[in-house]
Amino acid sequence: MKKATAIRQNGKNAGIKIQSKSEKIFDAALNVFGVILVAIILYPIYYVFIASISRPLPVENGSVILAPVGVTLESYRQALKTPYLGTALLNSLYYTFGGVLVNMVFSTTMAYALSKKRLVGRKIFTLFTVFTMWFSAGIIPLYMTFRDFHMLNTRSAILFGFAMNTYNMIILKSFFEQVPESLEEAAFIDGASDFRIFSQIYLPLSKPALATVGLFYAVNRWNGYFWPMNLLTDDSKVPLQVLLKKLLVDKVKNEMESAIITSASLSSQTTTIYALIIIAIIPMAIVYPFVQKYFKTGLTIGANKG
Amino acid sequence: MKKKDELIVRRDVSLAKRLYKCWPLYVFLLPGLIWYIMFCYKPMIGLRMAFYDYNIFRGFSGSKFVGLENFKIYMSSPDFGRTLKNTLMIAVWQMVICFPVPVILAILITEMKSKIVSKMVQTISFLPHFISTVVVCGMVVNFLSPSTGIINMILGKFGIEAKYFMVYPQYFRPIYTIMTLWQTAGFNAIVYIAALMGIDPQLYEAAIVDGAGRWRRIINITIPGIIPTVVTMFIMNIGKMVKVGYESILLLYEPSTYATADVISTYSFRMGIQNGDYGVATAAGLFEAVIALILVVAANKVSKRLTETALW
Repeated sequence: MKKATAIRQNGKNAGIKIQSKSEKIFDAALNVFGVILVAIILYPIYYVFIASISRPLPVENGSVILAPVGVTLESYRQALKTPYLGTALLNSLYYTFGGVLVNMVFSTTMAYALSKKRLVGRKIFTLFTVFTMWFSAGIIPLYMTFRDFHMLNTRSAILFGFAMNTYNMIILKSFFEQVPESLEEAAFIDGASDFRIFSQIYLPLSKPALATVGLFYAVNRWNGYFWPMNLLTDDSKVPLQVLLKKLLVDKVKNEMESAIITSASLSSQTTTIYALIIIAIIPMAIVYPFVQKYFKTGLTIGANKG
Repeated sequence: MKKKDELIVRRDVSLAKRLYKCWPLYVFLLPGLIWYIMFCYKPMIGLRMAFYDYNIFRGFSGSKFVGLENFKIYMSSPDFGRTLKNTLMIAVWQMVICFPVPVILAILITEMKSKIVSKMVQTISFLPHFISTVVVCGMVVNFLSPSTGIINMILGKFGIEAKYFMVYPQYFRPIYTIMTLWQTAGFNAIVYIAALMGIDPQLYEAAIVDGAGRWRRIINITIPGIIPTVVTMFIMNIGKMVKVGYESILLLYEPSTYATADVISTYSFRMGIQNGDYGVATAAGLFEAVIALILVVAANKVSKRLTETALW
């Protein structure tokens, strides 16, 4: 009996020892893997950056791979000369800030109402919103709806047509539901109205959720191209992404195809295109470090509640 | 207990009284409701375009009702087989590659002992999510350029001839999948990381005392711990998978790659907004929306039976 325990003890110790050795290797391998992964993910962005500050010739003959060659800002000077670039940038800022404001007003008010158990018909209204996540009419009927409302080629189509995202609204609703009811009851006894409870209790208490959802909306607003491309026809109203689509994708594709057929040289310089990409990434890159910490909270709420 | 209380309240207070008590909430509800009616439910009514030979200038009253004719046109055209197959194939690639990778990534990140490396991997891996579809597709198109693209230049160093990969149908799905993976893997991992953080650390401690190694702990504690989240995410995403990322496909595909790249939504978009054949376009869109709905409901049912995790 004693022997058996001793053996077991030994075996256990030996086991832990072997484990700790293999575990060390495992940990080291994991760290190496992590570093390699980071390098792979970052390389495309890094390459665009070094290409954008290099001279065109070394980029086009393949000498720029790990470091820039012949550093110059000429490509940026060329890129900034793009017609309508300034207008498109201002439009994007307008659609992002204005759009997020509209999003937040619509989403927070609806989320507040739906988070209240005393709302008569709460289940039906919630189903009414959630159903659109599983079934939506699709591109053509939505386009025709904008047409019926005479909203084609208007800025308000962009601002109000996409005033809400059900998923984001549900995140806010779940967050509001976690606010203790006793706070609300106390405020009611003091004679506060729903509007005051909403603006002075719920909104200040939900700052992390508001930040997360606001950020999700902002990213979608800034990055969206599909609906602005279809709804807006004036160059003066078009946001940055639609302009970029023409410059980075359409034009390059057309030139490559004609280059294959007629072996003509490319007219737009690759380095200028890369400079444009960097210009397009910069605003997000500036905001990113500040807002990054909020995601986890927001996404977790969303996943728990569906 | 709580339910009982509610029942008593309901019996005592009449509907009129309860409505009177909560009327300010309807003021809060109203803007949102109007938006849902205008931009979600009105388009659903517009789906009846699928049953008309729809003329955009005459509206429904001036267009001819054709019954299922538009569906017949779509389903008997060679585009039907192609778009259905491509939609399913791309959805399968997404499910097999883009869905599991974030789960694995999340497990690896939480297993990393070095705080610096794990933080770095997290921060960097969800950076691409913030770069717009247009810019990402622009990068792909430019990187693959036969004359100046980095990929062809690196391949050229190994003696492989330059190719414009974007015009060959056989490369479309790999290109699209790798691009999506780069864009979404890190961001989608966040939910799983959060779920892994929620696993009771005592379980791991107990397992260590019992002499369970790293693998055993991953297989017996970590994986069962995130299965509910994985299932929830799967059901939530299965509808989206059928809709596939038409926004990026539209940017990447070309007539020469339609054979593998043209999906139902891009077909519907081309037929409707570019060719003006609204009836057939809407029929194709409705077909897709119904498949997505069926898949969500089916996935939910299956998961309810197998894992007791369900959305409703």
